[in-house]
Amino acid sequence: MRYAFHWEVLWSGQSGRWLLQGLATTVELSALGWVLAAALGIVSGAMRTVPWRPLRALATVYVEFFRNVPLLVWMFFWYFGVPPLLPEAIREWLFRHGAEFWAGTFALGVYHGARMSEVIRGGIQAIPRTQFEAAVAMGLTTFQAYRLVIVPIALRLSIPPATNESLNLLKNSSVALTISVAELTFQTRQIEAYTARALEALTAGTVIYLVLCVGIAAIMARVEHRFAIPGLIARGG
Amino acid sequence: MADTVIEFKSVNKWFGKAHVLRDITLAVKAGEVVVVCGPSGSGKSTLIRCVNALEPIQGGELVVLGESLTRPGVNLSALRARVGMVFQSFNLFPHMTVLENIMLAPVRVRGLSEADASRVARALLERVRIPDKAENYPATLSGGQQQRVAIARALAMQPKIMLFDEPTSALDPEMINEVLDVMTDLARDGMTMMVVTHEMGFARRVAHRMVFVDGGRVVEEAPPEQFFAAAKSERAREFLSKILSH
Repeated sequence: MRYAFHWEVLWSGQSGRWLLQGLATTVELSALGWVLAAALGIVSGAMRTVPWRPLRALATVYVEFFRNVPLLVWMFFWYFGVPPLLPEAIREWLFRHGAEFWAGTFALGVYHGARMSEVIRGGIQAIPRTQFEAAVAMGLTTFQAYRLVIVPIALRLSIPPATNESLNLLKNSSVALTISVAELTFQTRQIEAYTARALEALTAGTVIYLVLCVGIAAIMARVEHRFAIPGLIARGG
Repeated sequence: MADTVIEFKSVNKWFGKAHVLRDITLAVKAGEVVVVCGPSGSGKSTLIRCVNALEPIQGGELVVLGESLTRPGVNLSALRARVGMVFQSFNLFPHMTVLENIMLAPVRVRGLSEADASRVARALLERVRIPDKAENYPATLSGGQQQRVAIARALAMQPKIMLFDEPTSALDPEMINEVLDVMTDLARDGMTMMVVTHEMGFARRVAHRMVFVDGGRVVEEAPPEQFFAAAKSERAREFLSKILSH
C-alpha cells in the first residue's frame, strides 16, 4: 500500500492561515496560562513552607483541590460552570470577548499553578533552614526573607522541573479545543475535516509543538546556566 | 556601671517534652564579652538563639535592649536589626556576591542608598581583612573568609550586640585564628558579645566572663582567670579537664 502525501493542503486554501492562527492562539493561551501558573505556583509553594499554619493550610487546600481533578474537567468547569455565576454584565462582556479563551487560560493557569506549587516547594525545602534564619536574624521580615533570599534561591533550584511543567502546560493547552478554543490542535483538525488529509494536518501540528517545546527547553537551559548558583552541582546540556 | 542589654529572668524552654533551658537567669552589660561553654547538648546554642528570638521561650522573661521578647506585639524584626548573629555554618546567601550579601539588610531594613551601603560594605571588608573579595560569590571563598564576610554582614547593621554561635567549629584549624582575630578586634572596640565557643584560648584572652552551661542550666559564672584556674563546680572542672587535656 502506498500513501500519496499531499503536503500542499497545508498551504492551499485557508489551511496556512488556520495553522498560523492556531499557533498564535496556542502561544497566547499558553503564555497567559503560564504567567498565571507561575504566579500561583510561587506564591502557594512559598506559602506551604511559611511558619504560619493558616497560610500553609490555605495553600495546601489549593494544591490538593486543583491538581487532583482532571484538566478537562477544569476546562468544562470554567467555561460552562462559572459564567452563570457571574453578574449579567460581566457574562455578556465575556461572551463577546472570547469567553472560551479566558476559561481555557484560567483552567491551564490554575491547574498547572497547583502542580508548579509543588515544584517550588521542593526547591524551597532543598534550602537549609539556617538560610532563612540568617535572613531574619539581620532584621528582614519573613516576607522579605522569602522575597529576597528564599524564593530567588528556590527558583534557581527549580528550573529543571519547572521547565518540565511549562512544557506540559504548553502541550495541555490542546485540551482547550474541547471548549472550542481555536488553538493549534483545533485548527489541525479543521484542516483535516476540510481536506480529509489527516496525516498531513497532524504532522504539521506535531512539528509545530515539537519546535515550540524544544525552543522553550533551549531557552530555559540558557536561563538555568545564566542564573546557576556558584558552588552547586551544575552541569547540564 | 554600664546598662544591662540582655537579661534572662528565669527563662525556660522546651523542645516538645525536652526541657532544654531551665530557669536561666543571666545578665549581660553593654560592652561585655561573655563566652558560653558547656558540653554538647547542654543548651548553650539554644541559649544564645533565644536572644534574637530565633528560638521562642516558653517561660520567664527575656529582655534585650530594653525590649521584652515575650511582650505581645513585639517587633522582632526591629529588634533583630540591632542584634547581629554569626552562625556556625556561615549562611552567606549563595546567589549573591559578597558585596550584595553585606548590602542586603542595610538597604532593605535600614533604608540606606545603594551607594552608601556599598561604601559601608567595602569599609567592613577592609576591617575583616578581605577587601579584594567584594565581587566574589561565597562558594569561591575559603571557610575562614566566608565567616569573616558573615561577620562583616552582621556588622553592616551597626548592631548593639553580636551573637556568635560556634563561629569556628566548622573551620579547618589554620582558618580558626583569622576569624578569632577579627572577633578579638571587635571585642577590643567595645562590642557587646555573647559567644558560644570551644576556643578556650580565645575565651581566656578576650572574655570578661565565662558562663558554663550543662543540662539546660547555668551551672557556673566566673571571670575567665578564676574559671580556668579553679572552677567551683565539679561538672565544670570535669568539662575543662576533657577539653584542655591535649
